[in-house]
Amino acid sequence: MNEMPNLEQASAMTTSKISANNVQVYYGDTHAIRDVNIEIQPQSVTAFIGPSGCGKSTFLRTLNRMNDTIDICRVEGTITIDGEDIYNAKVDPVQLRAKVGMVFQKPNPFPKSIYDNVAYGPRIHGLARNKAELDDIVASSLQKAGLWEEAKDRLDEPGTGMSGGQQQRLCIARAIAVSPEVILMDEPCSALDPIATAKVEELIDELRENYTIVIVTHSMQQAARVSQRTAFFHMGVLVEEGPTEDIFTNPKDKRTQDYITGRFG
Amino acid sequence: MSLFWLVVIVLAIASVGYVAGRARALASVGGDMRDLHSLPSYYGANVAMKAAVPAFLILVVWLLVQPFVIHASISGMIPEDAVQEGSSLGLVMAEVRRTAEGLENAVASGQMNEDFASNARADVNDITARLKEAGQIVTSRITQPVMRAAQSYRVMVSAGDLYMTIVVLLAAIAGALWGIRETTHEFRARNTVERGIRVILFSAALIAVLTTLGIVLSLVFNTVEFFRLYPAMDFFFGLTWSPSFSGRGGSSELGILPLLWGTFYISFVALAVAVPVGLFAAVYLSEYAGSKFRAVAKPMLEILAGIPTIVYGLFALLTVGPMLLSVFGDDGLGIMKAGTAVMTAGLVMGIMLIPFVSSLSDDIINAVPQAMRDGSYGLGATKSETVKQVVLPAALPGIVGAILLAASRAIGETMIVVLGAGAAARLSLNPFEAMTTVTAKIVSQLTGDADFASPVALVAFALGMTLFVVTLGLNIVALYIVRKYREQYD
Amino acid sequence: MTDATQSPETGPAQTGAPVKSKSLYALDNLTRKRNAAEKRFKFYGLGAVLVGLFFLVVLATAIISEGIPAFTRTIVEVEFTLTQDQYDTAEKELFKTKAYEQFFIGALQKQLEESGMSVPVDAAAIERIVGKTGGTIREYFKANPGALGAPAEFELAASSRVDGYMNGRVTRVEMTDSRFLQASDLDIVDSLVEAGIIKTVFNWNFITGADSGVDNPGGAGIGASVVGSFFMMLVVLFLSLPIGVAASIYLEEFAPQNRFTDLIEVNISNLAAVPSIVFGILGLAVFIQFMHLPQSAPLVGGLVLTLMTLPTIIISTRASLKAVPPSIRDAALGVGASKMQSIFHHVLPLAMPGILTGTIIGLAQALGETAPLLLIGMVGFVARGYPDGVIAGFIDPNSAMPAQIYTWAARADYAFYEKAWGGIIVLLVFLLTMNILAVILRRRFERRW
Repeated sequence: MNEMPNLEQASAMTTSKISANNVQVYYGDTHAIRDVNIEIQPQSVTAFIGPSGCGKSTFLRTLNRMNDTIDICRVEGTITIDGEDIYNAKVDPVQLRAKVGMVFQKPNPFPKSIYDNVAYGPRIHGLARNKAELDDIVASSLQKAGLWEEAKDRLDEPGTGMSGGQQQRLCIARAIAVSPEVILMDEPCSALDPIATAKVEELIDELRENYTIVIVTHSMQQAARVSQRTAFFHMGVLVEEGPTEDIFTNPKDKRTQDYITGRFG
Repeated sequence: MSLFWLVVIVLAIASVGYVAGRARALASVGGDMRDLHSLPSYYGANVAMKAAVPAFLILVVWLLVQPFVIHASISGMIPEDAVQEGSSLGLVMAEVRRTAEGLENAVASGQMNEDFASNARADVNDITARLKEAGQIVTSRITQPVMRAAQSYRVMVSAGDLYMTIVVLLAAIAGALWGIRETTHEFRARNTVERGIRVILFSAALIAVLTTLGIVLSLVFNTVEFFRLYPAMDFFFGLTWSPSFSGRGGSSELGILPLLWGTFYISFVALAVAVPVGLFAAVYLSEYAGSKFRAVAKPMLEILAGIPTIVYGLFALLTVGPMLLSVFGDDGLGIMKAGTAVMTAGLVMGIMLIPFVSSLSDDIINAVPQAMRDGSYGLGATKSETVKQVVLPAALPGIVGAILLAASRAIGETMIVVLGAGAAARLSLNPFEAMTTVTAKIVSQLTGDADFASPVALVAFALGMTLFVVTLGLNIVALYIVRKYREQYD
Repeated sequence: MTDATQSPETGPAQTGAPVKSKSLYALDNLTRKRNAAEKRFKFYGLGAVLVGLFFLVVLATAIISEGIPAFTRTIVEVEFTLTQDQYDTAEKELFKTKAYEQFFIGALQKQLEESGMSVPVDAAAIERIVGKTGGTIREYFKANPGALGAPAEFELAASSRVDGYMNGRVTRVEMTDSRFLQASDLDIVDSLVEAGIIKTVFNWNFITGADSGVDNPGGAGIGASVVGSFFMMLVVLFLSLPIGVAASIYLEEFAPQNRFTDLIEVNISNLAAVPSIVFGILGLAVFIQFMHLPQSAPLVGGLVLTLMTLPTIIISTRASLKAVPPSIRDAALGVGASKMQSIFHHVLPLAMPGILTGTIIGLAQALGETAPLLLIGMVGFVARGYPDGVIAGFIDPNSAMPAQIYTWAARADYAFYEKAWGGIIVLLVFLLTMNILAVILRRRFERRW
């Protein structure tokens, strides 16, 4: 399933979806991310791996400016999506986040019904002209998240009543409903059991066809299973980045090798 | 012997017991404290505890029961006809106590000797004259039964005090001896003392229950008494409140509805001010304000909560009332007649409740997990959309609880309405008219010189009962909601 | 997955949803609208905070501007020589005090002329300004015959209306002539002020004095009720602190998980929200009706306020005990201390700053409480003087600061309102001191685990 259609592979070579140039992130006085340069390819899954505290989640959150909600956080360098600098003063983070959706570590459905959870995004962004359109968006998002069969008869029940795995897929459906181009996933399976994890991983693989996906994960096996490219972070530095297979079979850097062979982490 | 010295002597016995117990424990092991089960001080503490605790317990119970017993037996001495028209047994008993006190003081100051004061055959007029001479305030006409009752009252009180002293001292000494006797090197003094301390700690916690019990009993007894004199139906469904103090309140109309209406109307105005302002302030302070602004504004707002209600009462009466009057009064819109009105009291009460609502909502909003906000921001929602559509709905139960608590505050608030709302009980819709509340009437019915046996005074207890039941209901519901809400996110 | 066949160029097209591939630099209309709503919402929030702060400022301004005059009083100071002859003549008159008054007015006029002022001064006007002066002067010289022939200085209190004129309560424009004061008198007052005869001095009597009668607002002071409040607070402190701490230790450390413990807990949290006036009813029924404790006594007031403050103290004490980490307890238990020892030797001392802070705040709350005191008879007018000793301080009828303020506010004479505001300043100074003390305690000893 790691094979990509030829057409996409060709375009991936030429244009990247997201490109980060010399990115620095500071928390107050702490220099959390140093000199990160990375190109993220469209219609593919890129995995960020590394030991905890290495800065992979922090870097992920700079991609849709979630760090703006933290007062002491400061970002330098440039990050562009489709060639546009997302930290440009003209960019409204609200519009940016509609384009770059996010799924979090712990499933965090709103304390609303399943329907309202999915409909929330389309409502605030005004994506539906009427109730019928909204129903369609909700249904197709739940379908894409592979949750439709389980949820279609209980759309009015609270989202918090579902199992952990279902909640996480609901959160993914919620993110898809805004029709983003990029989906960021911050350790989406860390709170799930192995069966639920497998389902979510399967889903990620399906979504790759339509979305650019960046996933942060603790588990190297997961990175190997779902991603086409992998980036290894260590102590705030991007150590190595490349096709997943290369990183796991033939790492160039000593630190990467130590990490994937389990010397630390 | 005065109570003070009795307490001091019991404490002295306890301290001597402490020293003796400690010494005996050490002596039993020949001065080597390693052979004792517990530290020497525990043996001392055991003796002191056994001397003081039962003695003080007896003292307190005695002090509570004695007046009750004496009161019962003295009031039996007063013949029915001694209670004059327009008076009551309660008033006569008060007079008996005053006279007895006068006799006591006269004896104490040496202007009357003991025999004379307690001489049952002495002439009433003679004693009265002598009492007046001694500078003791005495009602003009002390009747024979009152004087006799006062004399035996005095005798019983001093006898009771004497017995109490003896019993308490005996208890203290017996306790101390018991404690010393059981002091041997094997005795587990620490365990005994700790068990004792645990009992003391427990009884301290019990006081909360006793307080509630005291509140309920004092309200229930007097309310039942009131309903014996005044029909409950008329009280709960009467549309008129016009107490009449003449003729023992026989012609009073004591309907609670106008008071309840005033209470709820004023509380409604107060909440209409406090809830939007408090809630918006809480949202701003927790979601928008920078840490510096928050550090200044939050404590400043909380000052409003620390100001005593009497200050707000005065503010309503002397500042807000006249201010409103100048706008809505005869010089302005002409719909307000006096400074004291529902609007005045409600507005000021609203100001008082702003910090109450805002700090409770602040806590509740902060309890909404950050993940919930992140989820919403991650979808591209603005802050206000997140607050309105995610945070507030999630916090709703908690906020409802906070509003209910604020409502119970408003309903139970006294000084602002006593000073700011006026005294007229009326059922009207005009918020610029004076109205009155349950709490204001409790104050006015119980601060006069009315006698406790008349319906116009007893009605205050029925009002208090109503107030207690309403606020208790609100509190229980509110605390339950808030607790359930917190558990959800813990 | 029907959508999976769609071509990648169009992206994730959905039924009805617009294709979002617009530039991030261009704000669409909806976003603009949403940002405006965002600004509005933020503005409402800021507005609410500012409204709250505005009320605080209005309240503070009212208290200070209305209350400051209570701390000053207006006096008329006249230096005055009475010869033996004058004394003898006056004593022969039929209306002796009238004669003395004439001397006084004469002296006053002379002093005015010396300072270059000429206003007609008649006896009636002077009486309206300082009251009847003859009696005071006569008494003084009768008591000190030696002072005859030498200059003697008299300091007389100006009437409450003149006092009001001096601190702006009475103005020329608004006043109407009455038997208390006429507009023409104000001219005399003005020149007396200019001549330095009428002065405003600090009113010590307000701070040290006791309540006066209904007809003497000038003589009213708050001192006696401060003493009443003090004795009440002693009762509250010495009962509520030990009982509150003991109850908290029991509930936090020893109480088993059962229904009775639940009952106590529910009781405490509900008592904290019971209206204070209900505690007044409890005090009236239990302490006065049933136990026959003396009415209006600070002891009873203290007992009522203790019951009222206990829930507050218990709640804050439990929070402080809870904040001490379990590792401290474990460490003590680990070296063989009993549970009681670990609590009294380690946990309690560490929690003490928090407990004291909570207690001070509870006391401050009790100090400002009015309603329950009114029910047990601690109204202002019983505060007629200082108690004669410590025991009398607890059991003799007295008032408390807030109740005294209420009594003044409820009186008809406007001059008492000024006293009420002044009383509030005194009360707030006490509360402020206590709160600052609490803040200092917290700052100094606060420990984060």
